[in-house]
Amino acid sequence: MSDSARFIGEEEKIDISSIAPIRNYSSRFLTFLSILCVVVLLASLSWVLWDVAKEGVNKLNWYNLTQIRYPAPGLEDGGFGHAIVGSLMVLSTAAVISFPFGILAAVYLSEFGRGTRLAYLVKFSCNVLTGVPAILCGLFAYAVVVRGSGFSAFSGGIATGVLMLPIVIRSTEEALLLVSPDMRLASVGLGSTRFQTTMRIVLPTAAPAIVTGLILSLARAAGEAAPLLFTSFNNNFWSTDLFGPVATLPVMTYFFAIIPFRPQQQLAWAGALVLLAMVLIASTVSRFVVHKTRK
Amino acid sequence: MTNPNPVSGTMRAQSPNPTSYVFEVENLNVHYSSNPAVKNVSLKVPARQITAFIGPSGCGKSTVLRCFNRTNDLIPGAQVEGKLTYHGKDLYAADVDPVSVRRHIGMVFQKPNPFPKSIYDNVAYGPRVLGMKVDLNEVVETSLKRAALWDEVKDKLKESGQSLSGGQQQRLCIARALAVQPDVILMDEPCSALDPISTRRIEELMKELEQDYTIIIVTHNMQQASRVSDMTAFFSVELVGSNRVGELVEFNKTEAIFNNPSKEATKDYVEGRFG
Repeated sequence: MSDSARFIGEEEKIDISSIAPIRNYSSRFLTFLSILCVVVLLASLSWVLWDVAKEGVNKLNWYNLTQIRYPAPGLEDGGFGHAIVGSLMVLSTAAVISFPFGILAAVYLSEFGRGTRLAYLVKFSCNVLTGVPAILCGLFAYAVVVRGSGFSAFSGGIATGVLMLPIVIRSTEEALLLVSPDMRLASVGLGSTRFQTTMRIVLPTAAPAIVTGLILSLARAAGEAAPLLFTSFNNNFWSTDLFGPVATLPVMTYFFAIIPFRPQQQLAWAGALVLLAMVLIASTVSRFVVHKTRK
Repeated sequence: MTNPNPVSGTMRAQSPNPTSYVFEVENLNVHYSSNPAVKNVSLKVPARQITAFIGPSGCGKSTVLRCFNRTNDLIPGAQVEGKLTYHGKDLYAADVDPVSVRRHIGMVFQKPNPFPKSIYDNVAYGPRVLGMKVDLNEVVETSLKRAALWDEVKDKLKESGQSLSGGQQQRLCIARALAVQPDVILMDEPCSALDPISTRRIEELMKELEQDYTIIIVTHNMQQASRVSDMTAFFSVELVGSNRVGELVEFNKTEAIFNNPSKEATKDYVEGRFG
């Protein structure tokens, strides 16, 4: 054995006592702290889910899902089929408004306007808009649409669309920025225009991530009651009139949760459960689609 | 010796003289926002030969390369000054359309970057976006054959281009560039992400393509430059104030650069005594 080898053997301690105890303890403590945070978070989340599921499942039956008017106060006879349809109407309107505008704005931000003053302004207002309380979106649609034409599913769609817009823009922009710049250069290097590059390379490459973002924005908007309170308002009866007031699941949940009749309160729980299920299905399907197209 | 032909689709057929120059560069300066990146580059790139750009990192080789097909236009703040002619025509003249320039001057990048499409669609992409009236199947087959990839992929043209190995992906990118029948192929360190065997295949391929195409390659690998290139340009970096500015030190036949360089800096670099 050479001198240097013996030297290393004597000097290099590798057992646990060789580092300062404070480092060991703080490492363990912080690990514990982060696990604790995860547990607390998961526990409260699953508590919410469990509560909604437990209470909601009582009234969740085919009869309630398909009835097309609310029960009269205090009575049992009725359901919320029309509220599901109303929610879908509002959400489709919101999607029709926010998806094209949002995607095109994001394409501008990431493909054409990068670094320009306009892009900076759009991004800044997007960030501000993300922080705007949902009820303000409702007030906006109320001022712009409802005061002229009355409560309507359409105005609810506008309020919800405004709410979704910043989410759509930001998530789409993120998705587009993930497409490698080399891919754009390669496409442009073959003689395609920036428009062709965007349409044929950038958007298709980013499509799975864009779709996920869109569905998540829709899921986020689906549960909002605030922007609908004075836009699509409420309706006790079946209505497919886009320009008339409609019942929606969040607003129904809100109204029935605060009235003192047991059957209505149970319907509120069931409505909440249906909402949750819709969001869950939407995000599961989007994950599935992304997974499928990645292969 | 310049060729006064306009930039046109039949360009390749019109430059049969092997001693003619495809590019002539005079006093080229490139700035990024107000920071100079490369200054005073003057060189002539001969047709149907391989020209290599070597030099240490940050010396502006890639920047100069990107001037040749105007991809610098896409980088915000990049400014190109000086004279750069392509077959005698000023590449930066007001009436030159960068999109049609790039159609004649193809590019292969450092990292293989096939589109997330099938192998077939990758090669067919160029002819499709250009609206070329050609038999796509034939173009795909000849391009893949020229890129020495056909035998490996002919049974799986519908599979994603990204499912191939790194070396195959790079040859797919070369096939993709060949499909639009370019005049020049620019290669920006095409082998730096590849293993030695794939590198050798690409180098062999370059020697074959040299018969029909003008190739400019940027490389960090001096052995590669000495193996494949006919002409070599050595770039270096100089400190101007706090900016590192690239400049062309020496441009000559490859044998001369490696065996008998006229500048001390070139000698130091090719002998490995610098950088």
